[in-house]
Amino acid sequence: MAIRAEHEIHSRRKGRNMGVGLLLLGFIGIVFGLTVVKVLGLTDIRQLERFDHVARPQLEPGALEAAEQRAVDLEASSNAEASE
Amino acid sequence: MTDVTNQTQTQEAQMGDYFALMKPRVMQLVVFTALVGLVVAPVGVNPFVGFVAILCIAVGAGASGALNMWWDADIDAIMKRTVSRPIPSGAVQPGEALAIGLALSAFAVVLLFLATNALAAGLLAFTIFFYAVVYSMWLKRSTPQNIVIGGAAGAFPPMIGWAVATGSVSIESILMFGLIFMWTPPHFWALALFVKSDYGDAGVPMLTETHGRRVTRNHILAYCVPLVLVAFALGFTSIGGPFYLLVALVLNVWFLTGCYAIWKRTDADSEADKHAVERRTFIVSIYYLFGHFSALMVEALLRSYGLTSWAGW
Repeated sequence: MAIRAEHEIHSRRKGRNMGVGLLLLGFIGIVFGLTVVKVLGLTDIRQLERFDHVARPQLEPGALEAAEQRAVDLEASSNAEASE
Repeated sequence: MTDVTNQTQTQEAQMGDYFALMKPRVMQLVVFTALVGLVVAPVGVNPFVGFVAILCIAVGAGASGALNMWWDADIDAIMKRTVSRPIPSGAVQPGEALAIGLALSAFAVVLLFLATNALAAGLLAFTIFFYAVVYSMWLKRSTPQNIVIGGAAGAFPPMIGWAVATGSVSIESILMFGLIFMWTPPHFWALALFVKSDYGDAGVPMLTETHGRRVTRNHILAYCVPLVLVAFALGFTSIGGPFYLLVALVLNVWFLTGCYAIWKRTDADSEADKHAVERRTFIVSIYYLFGHFSALMVEALLRSYGLTSWAGW
């Protein structure tokens, strides 16, 4: 819904509004540029991942290894039971 | 009623008025010295992060300038040099200047922290606090040593630039701070000796008016001697070198000679030649600071190409 009626304030504040617009664009550019630089500077992409209210074992140090070990142990014990 | 409305409309602030609140001329020195602090540091910084860091330091300096103009609006309206500033001229309301100063301060400090590290952001926050509160609100109107203490705020930028790159404070950054800190008093007092100011009318104690011109001449020489020591000490740190020392030798002999000449002469001598020595020494002081920091930059460039080994450095 565009403003159709031209008011004196539109011309009076044109320069100011343009300036604010350019500053906001510049701010977007800075945040985007910093994001790119920071992400590309990561040595391990897993550093990107943070807790987002969903339990993910891969975020906990050693959790994946522990889960794999448990799986191996379970498989070993079930094999042992089968052989008995 | 119509006249009042029209007047308000013609005086509405434009972007240029808000920009003028940030004291762009002071920002030039801040940007230059902060850039040198960043470039001469032994740790490399991503160019975009470096650009954002310098931008934050410049915005922080501008924010403290806006806060200074908000606080000093009453005396700015009295002095000829400052009467056309945005607040006394009516272009910007004092409340707007305060809001801009606070918002930009927070923006600059937070963004510098996110882009670089906590030490650099903390130093920037302290610099803004020091200039706006310690200098502007507290000391400017209460002591003739205001220039000395206020100079510290202008001396922090190279230290912040160094902290952006290294995340630490070291002897090199302290000496860069010391160079600007010791340079500020003789630079401004040389100016005060030949510019007829109206600080007295505004109730701001300036050394020339509270203690007289003779004492000011003594102070100029007294600050110039330790300044020379700091300038040479910088040459023997990891960021100095033969090129810097050569430049420092020329600039320090030049500036010290000027300060000595100012100290030696009387007010009658000064009036006779329309303050020629004071004027010349003030100009030399500008070359002095620019020359030292440029030499540090060149030295860093030479070192990066391994060109300082010829002097056995």
